[in-house]
Amino acid sequence: MLASAHSQAGQTFLNVSYDPTRELYKAINPAFAADWKARTGETIEIQASHGGSGAQARAVIEGLNADVVTLALAADIDAIASKSGKIPVDWQKRRPNNSSPYTSTIVFLVRKGNPKAVKDWDDLAKPGVAVITPNPKTSGGARWNYLAAWGYGQKKFGGDEAKTKDFVRAIYKNAPVMDTGARGSTITFAQRGIGDVLLAWENEAFLALKEFGADRFEIITPPQSILAEPPVAVVDANADAKGNRQLAEAYLDFLYSPPAQAIIARNFYRPVHPEYAAKDDVKKFAKIDFITVDKTFGGWAAAQKKHFADGGIFDDIQKQELTR
Amino acid sequence: MTSPVLVGKNARRFTAPGVIPGFGLTFGYTLIYLGVIVLFPLATLIWQSSGLGLSGLYAIASEPRVAASLRTTFFISFAAAVVDLIFGLIVAWVLTRYDFPGRRLLDAFVDLPFALPTAVAGISLAALYSPNGWFGAPLADYDIKIAFTRWGILVALIFIGLPFVVRTVQPIISELEVELEEASATLGAGRLQTVIRVMLPPLAPALLTGFALAFARAIGEYGSVIFIAGNIAYVSEIAPLLIVVKLEQYDVPGATGIATIMLAISFAALLLINLVQAWSRRRFGHV
Repeated sequence: MLASAHSQAGQTFLNVSYDPTRELYKAINPAFAADWKARTGETIEIQASHGGSGAQARAVIEGLNADVVTLALAADIDAIASKSGKIPVDWQKRRPNNSSPYTSTIVFLVRKGNPKAVKDWDDLAKPGVAVITPNPKTSGGARWNYLAAWGYGQKKFGGDEAKTKDFVRAIYKNAPVMDTGARGSTITFAQRGIGDVLLAWENEAFLALKEFGADRFEIITPPQSILAEPPVAVVDANADAKGNRQLAEAYLDFLYSPPAQAIIARNFYRPVHPEYAAKDDVKKFAKIDFITVDKTFGGWAAAQKKHFADGGIFDDIQKQELTR
Repeated sequence: MTSPVLVGKNARRFTAPGVIPGFGLTFGYTLIYLGVIVLFPLATLIWQSSGLGLSGLYAIASEPRVAASLRTTFFISFAAAVVDLIFGLIVAWVLTRYDFPGRRLLDAFVDLPFALPTAVAGISLAALYSPNGWFGAPLADYDIKIAFTRWGILVALIFIGLPFVVRTVQPIISELEVELEEASATLGAGRLQTVIRVMLPPLAPALLTGFALAFARAIGEYGSVIFIAGNIAYVSEIAPLLIVVKLEQYDVPGATGIATIMLAISFAALLLINLVQAWSRRRFGHV
């Protein structure tokens, strides 16, 4: 996960992030380093560590010396705050837009020509449609998938929880494989040829299109989906101990700046300031009716407890599938 | 260094000097290394789960999803070790008893599953056996699915376990004298009789060791399995994956609980195999 480990205090800088941001931060880091050098004359070395969002959070809790964390879910940073105390609990209020400099959403990646005619969430629940999604228990991205489906069901059935649950269960009944992370699912779908539709982060879907060819896959954007807000935070205790406080704050502020916002759009994340990004990059993002975790689920802590904790609704959904 | 003074029957064992001196030193090293590297981590594991108590462990083990994954892990590991036992014996036999071009190369290949990162094994196997893979595609024509089912787990576990049987049996086969077979044949035994009554008994202890090693390795296997298993709860979810799932939810006691249960079952299984081995050694004398 870690590229290399230098321990010169104040010199190195570590951003602990999750899997699908690998390409994004590879582009951001040199841009920030150049910006920092222009402002202060200091040369810095930025290291990036990527992995499953939850595993990364656990590593930070257990002592991985991250200056900043840029993870998939607020819940993972909440866990660092509550379990290690290295981040104040009100961290999400410290930066604009819920501390998310970019957003994304969940879309469908289908095979070229869309043979199963998947247009909306309803189609995923139909018998005979194989849906590829990672396991919400191990993957942050998969939790967005699940909540997006749930949010759709809730609207469709006017808030009837039992019907919504049946609907979501029907979708998961269609899942022949559950990988542990988002990248694994992308590979299962695109490279192994399993399944008819991949539930993916929008940026992963665009990356897959770029990687595996637009002649083989296409992106279907459902009319309604969830607004995924991957948040960022300074790990105060670590940055202070390493004398990197200013650098860490500047790094995260930089993410909201015009050059970074342009890079963000180029890497298929939705920038919070689209006006800074190239028009062609922004044009790729279709208009979607967004639900949010805060409004529909009462925040991550509540969603986590009700749906994904042991004995939660997701466990229940899987249990009732014993018969298949 | 003074030798420890002991009385009684065991005294000689500790004081009798060997041809090469240094028992005290090496014994000390043995204890320290075994303690720091093996026993201490295991003790930590048990200590971490000790808060749960026996009833807590039982509650974890009997939770349907955990129970299903433990069944999957131990049953398929056992099946894989049985397959490795049979084919490992054949491979070892061919490699030691016959000379043919490329034998040394083939012999070297046997060790590859040892050295390969298990994730690489998992990804390669998944690519081969997935419905669009080299093996998977023809099988899919007959509606046989290997990758992303329990069969996929079996394939991965057979793969990583094979060298254990081959390498433990090989030296014993090379020690077996061909004259023994010839004597058996001239005394009128049929081929099957020769194999079962003359050849197999001396190999039994080594075969059991290989079986135990392959079995043990399969139980703990994570990397190669999660890529090919499909990981569907109650169907193709292995216990090590559930440990990761628990950790992902910051449930360290739950994770160590499952680990402790696996440790206990594995220990019991290995103990049983050792007992059978000791018995077969007494029974057949050899090795």
